[in-house]
Amino acid sequence: MSAHGASADRLARFALSPARKRKDRLAQGLILAGTAIALVPLVLIIYYLLHKGLGAWSSSFFTTDPTGNTFFGGSSIGGIKSAILGTIEIVALASAISVPIGIGVAIWLVEYGRSSWFANTVRFFVDVLTGVPSIVFGLFVYIVLVVGTGSTYAGYKGSIALALLMLPVVIRSAEVILLLVPAALRESALALGAPRWRVIFNIVLPTALPGMVTGVLLAVARAAGETAPLLFTAAATLKTSFDLGGFMNSLPVQIYKDVTSPTTAVVNRAWGAALTLVVMILLLNLIARLIARRSRLA
Amino acid sequence: MLARSPLARLPDRALKYGLTALAALILALIVYFFIRLVGEARPAFAKEGVPGFVFGNDWNVGAEHFGALPLLVGTMITSALALLIGVPVAVAAAVYATELCPLRLRAPLTMLVELLAAVPSVVYGLWGIFFLAPKLQGAEQWLADRLSFIPFIGGGLVTIPNYFITGLILAIMILPIVSAISREVMATVPADHKEAALGLGATRWEMIRLAVLPYCRSGIVGGAMLGLGRAIGETIAVTILIGDSPTLSHHLFNQGYSLAAVIANEFGEAQGVHRSALFAAGLVLFVLTLLVNGVARLLVARAARGSSSGAPGAPGASDMTAVADTAAGT
Repeated sequence: MSAHGASADRLARFALSPARKRKDRLAQGLILAGTAIALVPLVLIIYYLLHKGLGAWSSSFFTTDPTGNTFFGGSSIGGIKSAILGTIEIVALASAISVPIGIGVAIWLVEYGRSSWFANTVRFFVDVLTGVPSIVFGLFVYIVLVVGTGSTYAGYKGSIALALLMLPVVIRSAEVILLLVPAALRESALALGAPRWRVIFNIVLPTALPGMVTGVLLAVARAAGETAPLLFTAAATLKTSFDLGGFMNSLPVQIYKDVTSPTTAVVNRAWGAALTLVVMILLLNLIARLIARRSRLA
Repeated sequence: MLARSPLARLPDRALKYGLTALAALILALIVYFFIRLVGEARPAFAKEGVPGFVFGNDWNVGAEHFGALPLLVGTMITSALALLIGVPVAVAAAVYATELCPLRLRAPLTMLVELLAAVPSVVYGLWGIFFLAPKLQGAEQWLADRLSFIPFIGGGLVTIPNYFITGLILAIMILPIVSAISREVMATVPADHKEAALGLGATRWEMIRLAVLPYCRSGIVGGAMLGLGRAIGETIAVTILIGDSPTLSHHLFNQGYSLAAVIANEFGEAQGVHRSALFAAGLVLFVLTLLVNGVARLLVARAARGSSSGAPGAPGASDMTAVADTAAGT
């Protein structure tokens, strides 16, 4: 009896003091509140995008170019056809430039450079590139390709600015995936007498492919939403263009121009264009995630 | 007979040197970039002097005076606000997702926070100026009136575009990256440490405070710094929300300007020294983001050494940020 009482006594000493219990409750409550706060803007943005954006959507919204006529509202202001096509063209070219270079550098980092000082220097500068603000890339392309060539804005110049922006993302994500390819796979192939380039092209790349596609798609999604690098490189024209050597419209630039308009109809067009852009980016993200899920790595 | 013929080795050599050249090209490109930017910015620096440009409090295009202090201050205030508001929320979301929430909720919750990264900057600007800023104006005015005894924050009339609303939008924009990196490092905390804390009778919160947070400190600081870099360089949302006023405001709820916003806004019509001054602003921005990234790396390295009792075998911070960067789709 007395022994039992003593052990209960001892147990009681381990019980949580009310102060500690209160603190635990309070901290958990604050963490939960923080999480809820993090989700509030997302809900509000999605709600307003759908609310305002769907109102602007109509069949002519996607099939007509915007007109310069912004004072009379209604259908006279036109849709966003040139902006959608322009974004697709500019981003496609940007991907065509940045993906081969980015994956090439990643292969070099993983297969050849490894942890040599030169490879580490390249890694450092790629990280530096990640931190460079997107508008500064726009300035750079402006200096080299607009001032440098003595010509004016063009779609392909916007693509190059976006490609610079995508490059570090492609390199670092591809590097991470390539590092996940088991060394045993490489070693078995090399032991069978395969030359290094065959190991890379026939063993390493196919294994890493789905993961790399995911990284690339996420980079594309990022580039598609960028406005700043396009402002002084591709510029805005209202007409649909299939000539990357000329002026080209894009969704972010069109939205940016429409935001500052005093006309409600034009602002509504910005909401419609914003919803279109977000849907495009979310689709890319979704595809990226589906591919990532099917990948055997990571 | 195991040696390959020189001809068979040719593709190997070509690939190796080709890829090395590609890597070297990236380095050359960045150096070239820097030199050209300095060259274009030189006329403005020559006119104002480097300190005169950076710390001169007079941005007057008409009079050709280019002192970037109002822009620099705008960039600093809005980025600091973004960190102040964004980081605690992001870390809380990360702690909740990794330590507290039911396992089934973890993936959807993570995905929702990362969705914020998929929203383009211009859409944040659009939403901010047409929804958030007008909705919060009353609350901001109330706050400004109540806090009128605090210089800089209190008093004055609240304008719709202002520093505070810009900082708030930036906080939302850096949320996913800071949260993603925090979550990635929290996932690396060994279960042993957490179980040891719980086994010693720690409450959930004590376990988080004693086992999880110290282990992750370096990663969280790194993530916050990366968010800071993002906030400093953010252009379009800021241009839409900050009000584009080149005079230094003395109130948090007043309009101002930022380095990135001035470039986006004025570059189209800029000529001569004005254009050079905008390149100079770009250069200051570039150097600033470089410094922030450098300091981030330094802090992360030191924090990793400082908490060595808690962090043997913790993954390298730069690899971590690379992973999380990709994960957040940024």
